[in-house]
Amino acid sequence: MKIRVNGEEQVLDGVATLADLIAVLELAGKRVAIEKNGEIVPRSRHGEERLSDGDELEIVVAVGGG
Amino acid sequence: MTELSDQALLRYSRHILLPELDIAGQQALLGARALIVGAGGLGSPVALYLASAGVGQLTIADDDVVELTNLQRQIAHDKASLGRNKAESAAARMLAMNPEVAVRVIGERLAGQSLADEVARHDVVLDCSDNFATRHAVNRACVAAGVPLVSGAAVRFDGQLAVFDTRQPASPCYHCLFPEEGEANDGPCATFGVLAPLVGVIGSLQAVEAIKLLAGIPVALGRLTLYDALESSFRSMKVPRDPACPVCSGRSSGSE
Repeated sequence: MKIRVNGEEQVLDGVATLADLIAVLELAGKRVAIEKNGEIVPRSRHGEERLSDGDELEIVVAVGGG
Repeated sequence: MTELSDQALLRYSRHILLPELDIAGQQALLGARALIVGAGGLGSPVALYLASAGVGQLTIADDDVVELTNLQRQIAHDKASLGRNKAESAAARMLAMNPEVAVRVIGERLAGQSLADEVARHDVVLDCSDNFATRHAVNRACVAAGVPLVSGAAVRFDGQLAVFDTRQPASPCYHCLFPEEGEANDGPCATFGVLAPLVGVIGSLQAVEAIKLLAGIPVALGRLTLYDALESSFRSMKVPRDPACPVCSGRSSGSE
C-alpha cells in the first residue's frame, strides 16, 4: 500500500489500520494527533480507521510552549 | 448595558466602525470577563490586546517572575520588571494602556479547585501556559464549567491555535485532539528555543478569537490551525469530537 506520511510517500505492507501505522512508526504513547486527508482521526477510532492507497497522513506533534 | 462615554466612543472608535462589532459589540466587550492563564510569551500580547480592546474584566494568572531570558519575546515586561511577578508586571502595562478596564492579578499557579472556580467565573479562558499538565487541567475546568477555551502554543518556529467551546454540541475539547500521556515537556522554550515574534503571532490570533467570542462574532470550532514560521505558511485541519473522550464525551449538551 502506498500512502503519504508528512508529505513523503511510503510503501507499507501489513498495515491495514491507523493503529497499525502508529505501531510501525512507533508513535504509541507520544503526544501526537494523526490527520488523515485533512481531518484529525479521534484516538478511539485509530483501531478501526482503515487505510487505503493514496491516503495522505500527517503526524501533528502537540506544542506545549507559551 | 451602560452608555459609552464620549471618551470611550473615541477610544474604541476604530472598533465601533466595524459593522461586525458596532457599539453593541464594544459594550459586550466592556461587560465581559476573560481569564488569561500565563503571562509569558503568549500571555503578553493576549493581555495587552484584550486590555487595549476594552475587555472590561481581565484576570491574569502566573506564579513566575520576570527574568532576563524572558525579555527577548515577553513584551508585556521590561527591564524594570526583572524579579517581579509576571502577572503583576503585565497588569501594570495593561492598566497603563487602558485604565478603563479592571485587571485582577493571581500571582500563583492555578490548579484544582482554585482553577475550577476561576474558570467558572469568566466568559472565556485563554490558555497561554507553557506545559501540558496545565493545558489539560485548564481544558478539564473549561469543559466542566462550559466556558470556551482559546488555546495557543508556540515553540521554535511552530505555532498551534484552536478554539474549543463545548457548549456547542459539535465542538471537540483539547483532550479530543491531544492525549494526556506523553513526555512531560515536549518543548519548553528553555530547551528548544523560540523565535521572538512567533509568540506574538499566536498570542495575537488568540486575542482575535477571544474578542470574536465575546462580541458574538461566529468562531470556527473543531479546527486546528498550524503556523510554520520557517515556511511562512498557515494550515488548518478539522478536529472532530472523540466519542470516547474521557473529558467531554459525557457532557449533557453534547451527546448528539
